[in-house]
Amino acid sequence: MAAVTTSAPSSPIRAFLQSRGSSSIADATFRWIMLLCALSIFGIVALIANELVMSSKLTLAKFGLKFFVGSAWDPVNENFGALPFIYGTLVSSLVSLVLAVPLAVGVAVFLTEMCPKALRGILSFLTELLAAIPSVVYGLWAIFVLVPLLRTYIDPVLIKLLGWTGLFTAPDFGIGMFAAGVILAIMILPIISSLTREVMSAVPYSQREAVLALGATRWEMIRMGVLRNARIGIVGSIILGLGRALGETMAVAMVIGSSPTISKSLLAPAATMASVIANEFAEASDDTYRSALIEIGLALFLVTIVVNMLARLLVWAVTRGAPARTA
Amino acid sequence: MGCDARRAGEDGLATDMEKQLKSSALNRRWRWFTNHLATVLAILATILVIAPLVAIFINLVYKGASSLNLNFFTKIPAPVGEEGGGMANAIVGSAVLLGVASALGIPMGIAAGIYLAEYGRGTKLSNVVRFTADVLNGVPSIVMGVAVYALIVVPMKGYSAFAGGVALGIMMIPTVGRTTEEMLLMVPHSIREAALGLGVPNWRSMVSITLKTAMPGVITGCMLAFARVAGETAPLIFTAFGNQFWSTALNQPIAALPLQIYVYALSPYDEWHRLAWAGSLVLIVLIVVSVSLVRYVTTRGVLKGAS
Repeated sequence: MAAVTTSAPSSPIRAFLQSRGSSSIADATFRWIMLLCALSIFGIVALIANELVMSSKLTLAKFGLKFFVGSAWDPVNENFGALPFIYGTLVSSLVSLVLAVPLAVGVAVFLTEMCPKALRGILSFLTELLAAIPSVVYGLWAIFVLVPLLRTYIDPVLIKLLGWTGLFTAPDFGIGMFAAGVILAIMILPIISSLTREVMSAVPYSQREAVLALGATRWEMIRMGVLRNARIGIVGSIILGLGRALGETMAVAMVIGSSPTISKSLLAPAATMASVIANEFAEASDDTYRSALIEIGLALFLVTIVVNMLARLLVWAVTRGAPARTA
Repeated sequence: MGCDARRAGEDGLATDMEKQLKSSALNRRWRWFTNHLATVLAILATILVIAPLVAIFINLVYKGASSLNLNFFTKIPAPVGEEGGGMANAIVGSAVLLGVASALGIPMGIAAGIYLAEYGRGTKLSNVVRFTADVLNGVPSIVMGVAVYALIVVPMKGYSAFAGGVALGIMMIPTVGRTTEEMLLMVPHSIREAALGLGVPNWRSMVSITLKTAMPGVITGCMLAFARVAGETAPLIFTAFGNQFWSTALNQPIAALPLQIYVYALSPYDEWHRLAWAGSLVLIVLIVVSVSLVRYVTTRGVLKGAS
């Protein structure tokens, strides 16, 4: 730049431009700041992982892998095993998926394929609202409305009809694994259904038209033309819902009854990994107890990361290829 | 003989055809039935999904509105057994926490979005960053609380509003970043080229031209993140901790609306239950208003005017 200015005769325009100075420093600085902020997302994930590992060193060293297979949770004698919470997390998530997946796919099918246009906007807005309600409000509603409803109307029927499986046996307090599963199902429904809808809309119209042209009914068109093409994406959205269910805290902590036991009956009180942290962390006084709870947090962190990565990859695999196929 | 055989064959053909006709009629009826069954089931599923939403709103309005009065917005919680407490300190506390969270989360989120859309378009690094943001979005909020506890509360030797704000702010970054990116990608190239052609420095054109054009969408993303974080309780339990008294100091425990709802919901007192419902109603109205606003802005095509 300097070489050019000395050799060239100075015109007013060039003089003006030179007086403003070069913006390359400002540009580079701006670029670096933006890059730094983007990289900070990495930093945050790494920092979380590091903090969790450092703070749970005590129990990581003391119990090792036995922590995850031991079923004793005895803070007084400093004997910790996370198995009841792992079991609780898995079972409550499973119950919620069993309840939510058929409904979510049903809603998605209705909204994308059957619903009149005028109704579609309202209904999809309502399901989005369901996703915007805070967890604690779900919990409040579950304690005062859902649990009494389950206790008086639904649980007795389940005990009578399905009591022989051993999954629904008295005593029934209303609160417990099943109540947690129901409230979780309500909470993960909007996620699964909105993503399923997205994936289903990504299926090109030519597929639908081809199946219809062969004389298929609307349901056959949906089954063969849409659902079959979208199945990978639907699985992805279900796994994403699972990721949310695994980590959901407040509503579950409020209705599951927090008892560190493994029982076959779904109506018995239990605890999940997230709920035990929420319920016991503030009262955990000694270091080992706190470290045990943080280690549960670490396990939850790793599991949800794996589940989310899996889901994202599946959803991406479907929706990324979609625009190319429609064109 | 041959004739008979042919007759028999024809008979067979006839019965075959009859059978086929019959089975095709049956088949048609069956297909008609499954088609309609599927429709009915889909409608039923939709009703079943909308039902809890309606139930929650009816309950909130019914139980919450009756306890909403001036005291609720102006008084701090009354001791157990006394009438007339409010949640003023929790409302102010939530505002402080959300202020800290926004101050941290929104600039960092927007900056990350600018990088993803303007510099890192199509590069491997930006793909990885985008993926990490999505993963960070899925990390349970309670884990965020535990991490911030270890990161800030332990070294500072005490629960604080600052720690709560940081926990919420971190949760805002991925949402804000991803929406900013998506909105910036919608800005047409001609606008950037026009700015650069006038000799505007690159960074200036991004801030005053590209970002400004995408502003309605970016604000939408910020509000969505804000609404999501406003209702979070789990990361606050052992960072902000809650407070029964007035406090706006950043280095002291602070009350928050969702936290107060949680404590009151689990308490054995009717008066506190009523306050919990009222608090939930206030929280929901806040969130629904912001979400509806966002939807209004995005569907009314404010962005379309820009492009």
